[in-house]
Amino acid sequence: MTISTVPWGRVRRAGSKLTTPLHPDDYLRLLNPLWTSRELRGRVEKVVPETDDAATLVIRPGWGWRWDHRPGQYIGIGIPVDGKFQWRSYSVSSPTKQRGRTLAITVRAMPEGKLSSHLVNGLEPGTIVRLASPEGDFTLPDPPPARMLFLVGGSGITPVMSMLRTLDRRGAFGEGGPDVVLHYSSPTPERMIFRDELLRLEEQHAGLRLHQQHTDTDGMLDLADLDAICPDWRERETWACGPAPMLDAIVEHYDRAGLEDRLHVERFSLELGGDGGEGGTLTFRNSGKKVEVDGATTVLEAGEQAGVGMPYGCRMGICHTCTVTLVSGTVRDLRNGDEYAQPNEQVQTCVTAAVGDCTLDI
Amino acid sequence: MAISDVTEYTHLSEEDVEQLGRELDAIRAEIEESRNAEDAAYINKLIRFQRGLAAGGRVAMLASAHTKAGRPALVAGAAMLGIAKILENMEIGHNVMHGQWDWMNDPEIHSSNWEWDTAQPAEQWKHSHNYVHHQFTNVLGHDNDIGYGILRMAREQKWHPANLGQPVYNALLASLFQWGVALHDLDLERIRKGEKDPKEMKRQLRQIVTKGRNQILKDYVVYPALSGRQWRSTMKANATANVARNLWSYVIIFCGHFPDGALHFTEEELEDETRAEWYLRQMLGSANFEGGRTLHVLSGSLGYQIEHHLFPDLPSNRYPEIAVKVRALCEKYDIPYTIGPLHRQYGQALRTIMKLSVPNSWTSSDQPEPPSPVRDRRRKSDAERPSRRPELGGWSRGRSA
Repeated sequence: MTISTVPWGRVRRAGSKLTTPLHPDDYLRLLNPLWTSRELRGRVEKVVPETDDAATLVIRPGWGWRWDHRPGQYIGIGIPVDGKFQWRSYSVSSPTKQRGRTLAITVRAMPEGKLSSHLVNGLEPGTIVRLASPEGDFTLPDPPPARMLFLVGGSGITPVMSMLRTLDRRGAFGEGGPDVVLHYSSPTPERMIFRDELLRLEEQHAGLRLHQQHTDTDGMLDLADLDAICPDWRERETWACGPAPMLDAIVEHYDRAGLEDRLHVERFSLELGGDGGEGGTLTFRNSGKKVEVDGATTVLEAGEQAGVGMPYGCRMGICHTCTVTLVSGTVRDLRNGDEYAQPNEQVQTCVTAAVGDCTLDI
Repeated sequence: MAISDVTEYTHLSEEDVEQLGRELDAIRAEIEESRNAEDAAYINKLIRFQRGLAAGGRVAMLASAHTKAGRPALVAGAAMLGIAKILENMEIGHNVMHGQWDWMNDPEIHSSNWEWDTAQPAEQWKHSHNYVHHQFTNVLGHDNDIGYGILRMAREQKWHPANLGQPVYNALLASLFQWGVALHDLDLERIRKGEKDPKEMKRQLRQIVTKGRNQILKDYVVYPALSGRQWRSTMKANATANVARNLWSYVIIFCGHFPDGALHFTEEELEDETRAEWYLRQMLGSANFEGGRTLHVLSGSLGYQIEHHLFPDLPSNRYPEIAVKVRALCEKYDIPYTIGPLHRQYGQALRTIMKLSVPNSWTSSDQPEPPSPVRDRRRKSDAERPSRRPELGGWSRGRSA
């Protein structure tokens, strides 16, 4: 359904004749910080406490947000800490909408996690945050399979919650709808995010069965028990999200059963380079070139060796001509040992070297 | 302007120079460590203020065209627009493109994609300025900022009868400064000598034409058209704002390397230059001027030219505190720290332009003598010199190997 009759694209292109070399949005955001699509932005409308250490942030995205996220995907959220934008990814917990005013992410404050603690405890409603478009393949197919199993631990519930809410919203749990089993491990009932809502959903829908395991008293999920928890698990499409050891055990269990095709896994924590050594494979995304490097070769030199048209200038870290976007991975500044590991961070290639595998946007 | 070889010019031993380099590295590290939310707030606030001023100026001009407010609103609008353009080009654009704010990790205030409100495309500026000028500062034959290819600014440059026109060229350069800058990276001298790659030249020209056309359309077609019958006064007001910006940036930039005391260097200086020697060349080749906070912001912090050349990518709002430390180092090592009031610094640059329009023998040099007795030292051969800091990339390694 198209509602807009005003050709906004053309209006803004015409407006840019007045504001060149800037964009009209660069001025409009002075009136309302959400009136710009130069960088995706959102305003925190509400911070809803879920448990002692987790909260849901209700965010109203600004111009340019496409409302096309699929249930289970995550978005990036960027906030300035000490003047510098720090980015993290969180699963969207709200159901999908074609259009709408807000979306929600649910965040658990990690011990040692400065940013997550700030998001849970320090964020005032009204704060403007940067957003990154939804990503991820851990999603609910449309139409959903007839029988599903979710294996969830801790804050791994968030992407699954978006899937369940989407099913609920579409009225898919009714007659002839999918049959869903949810196993949810959490240390205590109090630490369970969305517990009340899950219990309510289970009560309302015959097609949803919730299995809770409180690991402080019941111990961790033993996959040998899966036959008891969900006897027909082999016939179900399975989604697993939770702490790394739990996921490792699940992956192994499904591999042994020869059912790896049935299993979808979402990991929250990044895996660090196995040997912790330096160097790795540099991938240049746009040119499709790859090169093996040691930890002493600068990214710039490596790119040149691989035949990539790297921008360069002074080659001593002063002119910033060589700056390129680091899509993923970690690089180390050879001058001072600082490491840069944020997705989509701009790095000076002439003075940095790879720490593990890296992908660059060039 | 004596051509000198940095370490021979001064009385410093090689170890002194390396120690000075380490102390400057320490200043850089300290600032990098302490960049914080206040610095980010500074540039964000300044950008908001500048955009508000630009929009306000445009609106005032349009209002003057369509209401009875008339002349005062037009004059105020032109003044606001002029100041907005100056702020955008100097303290915001120039410094953002140096990467001074890249540390914020904000793509909207980043050297890789900033485009400024002047005729020269940012990409070409970053090459001609960030790389060529800042790397080869004041090295004759390498740094095109010495006279911008049209003025003779060093006694060592050969005199030519065409130099007699310098007073005129200078006036033209000052009033058309943004267009002079726009053509800067084309490198007129290389084109003259036929050394320029024609494909590259075509690409650059296309970039300049596109950017320049948009700039001209905006100031001399679109806004005048919106002003209806008053189109002529809007056009004049916009031209005034542009020329004011041209004159101001010209004056500030000529105060950076042309007052007496700022030295020029020969090509040999570059050979196997260490990082510390590079620092020293930046200090001896640059000149500061004094002024209040407002003057410094309006001049893009280029009154701290010495600090800017030592640390071109540290946030400009930190230069005042860096200056205190750099000045102390200059005293400690007995190195000149060239500084004076703006009018004197520009006066000296202007005198040099005039003097050098005629052959050397007609005038005398204004360059001061070295500060203390020069140590008699043979210039070391490459093999005897310390190699560059190895972590600086293959370029340095390739040369010093």
